[in-house]
Amino acid sequence: MARKLMRGNDALAEAAILAGCKAFFGYPITPQNEIPAYMADQLPLRGGVYLQAESEVSAINMVYGAAGAGARVMTSSSSPGISLKQEGISYIAAAELPCVIVNVMRCGPGLGGIHPSQGDYFQAVKGGGHGDYKLIVLAPGSVQEMADLTILAFDLADKWRNPVMILADGILGQMMEPVVFEEDLKINQVEKPWATTGAIGRKPNIINTLDIVPESLEQKNIALLTKYDEIRKQEVRWQEIHTEDADLILVAYGTSARVARSAMEEARKKGLKVGLFRPISLYPFPEGEISRLASSKTEFLTIEMSSGQMVEDVRLAVNGKCPVHFTNRLGGMVPTVEDILEKIEEIYEGSDH
Amino acid sequence: MSEIIVAGFGGQGVLLLGQLIAYGGMLEDKEVTWFPAYGPEQRGGTCNCSVVVSKEEIGSPVVSKPTSVIAMNTPSIERFENDIVPHGLLVYNSSLSEIKSDRSDLRIIAVPANEIADKLGSSRVANMVLLGAFIEATGIVESTSIEASLKIVISERNHHLIPLNMQALKEGRAYQ
Amino acid sequence: MDIVFQRPESMTGEQMHYCPGCTHGIIHRLVGEAIDDLDIREQTIGIASVGCSVFAYDYFNCDMQQASHGRAPAVATGIKRVLPDKMVFAYQGDGDLASIGMAEIVHAAARSENITVIFVNNAIYGMTSGQMAPTTLIGQKTTTTPRGRTVSEAGYPIKMCELLATLDGVTYLERVSSHDAKHILQAKRAIKKAFEIQQGGKGFAMVEVLSTCSVNWGMTPIESMDWLADNMIPYYPLGVFKDVSVEEGV
Ligand SMILES: Cc1ncc(C[n+]2csc(CCOP(=O)(O)OP(=O)(O)O)c2C)c(N)n1
Repeated sequence: MARKLMRGNDALAEAAILAGCKAFFGYPITPQNEIPAYMADQLPLRGGVYLQAESEVSAINMVYGAAGAGARVMTSSSSPGISLKQEGISYIAAAELPCVIVNVMRCGPGLGGIHPSQGDYFQAVKGGGHGDYKLIVLAPGSVQEMADLTILAFDLADKWRNPVMILADGILGQMMEPVVFEEDLKINQVEKPWATTGAIGRKPNIINTLDIVPESLEQKNIALLTKYDEIRKQEVRWQEIHTEDADLILVAYGTSARVARSAMEEARKKGLKVGLFRPISLYPFPEGEISRLASSKTEFLTIEMSSGQMVEDVRLAVNGKCPVHFTNRLGGMVPTVEDILEKIEEIYEGSDH
Repeated sequence: MSEIIVAGFGGQGVLLLGQLIAYGGMLEDKEVTWFPAYGPEQRGGTCNCSVVVSKEEIGSPVVSKPTSVIAMNTPSIERFENDIVPHGLLVYNSSLSEIKSDRSDLRIIAVPANEIADKLGSSRVANMVLLGAFIEATGIVESTSIEASLKIVISERNHHLIPLNMQALKEGRAYQ
Repeated sequence: MDIVFQRPESMTGEQMHYCPGCTHGIIHRLVGEAIDDLDIREQTIGIASVGCSVFAYDYFNCDMQQASHGRAPAVATGIKRVLPDKMVFAYQGDGDLASIGMAEIVHAAARSENITVIFVNNAIYGMTSGQMAPTTLIGQKTTTTPRGRTVSEAGYPIKMCELLATLDGVTYLERVSSHDAKHILQAKRAIKKAFEIQQGGKGFAMVEVLSTCSVNWGMTPIESMDWLADNMIPYYPLGVFKDVSVEEGV
């Protein structure tokens, strides 16, 4: 199969169409603008609907409607726009509507800047909007994964009737790499008997999130939690490199993991036994796998483009079994290989406390 | 592994130059990444991209210690010269920039790219002249791969410009 | 010697970042001159919105706030309600005002908030590099209308002056243009008037200024001025759409 050199945002958009996405609603924001442009160009030619909403608030509510009507639907944005969508996301999670939400993260808080960041980890994996709910969150680490995980996202959304978020960043969105698309991709069409498609010969379907009877709402909350428990059992995804003999394991996702990988290779050249653990699903978080690797003979170093968010989940997973170090860059800066190597050497010298 | 930074003014074809290296590498079955510095400041201002070409899987797509820099103007030389690895390569456009380098270790190739391009009839192919000098010096990709890449990158209706671009590439290769 | 061209005191003189052929800089200057003429620089609080003019807070030499995308009229309302004696203006693009911020502008107008709004309509999203705006003309190509805007997909461009003119809360609405010297003079008069209305406590005033975006329209600066005159003005006619500032009791 031929490799094509594509921008991450374009590869993601193409993958969505291949996965049977039939509707896209968005609002312009850098650094994800190639996604709506690709959709505007391609979706109408390939049997779908593209619409530029008047705001992200509006876009996510259009997604609610289209998902409730049974379509494979997607929206994409970047951090400030994702903040605006949070109310709608909470409603979508509550109504158990399948959809894909893309966040090509940029740096914040506030209007911040347009450069890459991983500052929305908490927002993505811990809820983000109001109430008790979870998204499935997937973190691509290459342009190929921008495509592959988007296809997976549509399947998981339908399988679990749950919103799935692709958590990328400005680098993954803007960079070009070779990508391969499976020819004749089989779309997993799922029956959606609950969808509001017109009550022809059946009782009306209702998509709703209101329930003012506490006894009854509690049952719904419990049902959601049961579903999330099941997701945590079945949908954990991660990658490990050189963890078998490692006495220092780097933990990073997305762009940070790319830089960490280079740093690991440099460290290995210097004879340091460094490994890499890359969570691919951020929710569910691979806590069992990290816990398994944690022992008195290892230490961890978490690397993020945030002030320290995923590192909290790493610490919870490690649960005090060994030290968890942390290094980061902020404000749109990307850690360099040298930054990470320096930290690694500090840890080996025992000077990072 | 080659880690390259291409830099210049917006409008000089810096991003395209970088993409052609990436495409060329891909067509030769290598691993490649291309990453543009993006943002509103790129309009009309300075502009650069990172390109990595490797036989193995690539880690960071953001180049901080380039093995080579292709600089199309003076600010680009000033900005990136000191980041180049020891004994690395600097190819620069001597039509638009002068250099007072403190780096005696570097291999420096000065190419009057605009003059050469102007002689061919279009200053717009100055980027191709520099690319020619760069591939000749490094052997990183074959010029046939660049030609194949041009066919992909340049839109169909501009394919008549490919011979001019290839001529510029050739002149660049011949200039040492 | 007479000084014929001088930076308004209400401008900082900071080098502006606008692209060649964009008229945001001219419109900033008109606002600065109006503030100077009325001698209200120290009483004025401006609001920069999200769009190419986001850095307006660096260019205006008065107090400024930066609002999130579309919410400038709400921020202006907040300021004006707690500081009713101050002069408050919002400077917004078409995406900011007529798309994401439609609710905010309509309700500020309906409440007859005593604020001045400068609405810069360049028929495109400049900052995010050229997507369809709510004011993009039918047939106009943008990155999100790659084959030209069609009515069947994206509906009609919004004429904000005409729309807001239906609201009883509105005091003054005028549409002007920035494509040549004659029109710029008229724009200046309108902007000054919009501030005077606020000064007189007479309620909501908005001036819509037709503007250019050479880079994203894919034209030279001169071509864009012509395109504005030939295409935008026929669809967005210039003139006063509402003015009840002189009526008694207002
Ligand atoms: C919530 C949110 N969504 C999207 C953006 C991205 N954004 C920045 S400026 C802009 C459009 C600006 O267009 P317009 O108001 O027409 O002003 P212009 O740039 O053309 O002057 C957008 C969509 C943002 N900053 N915040």
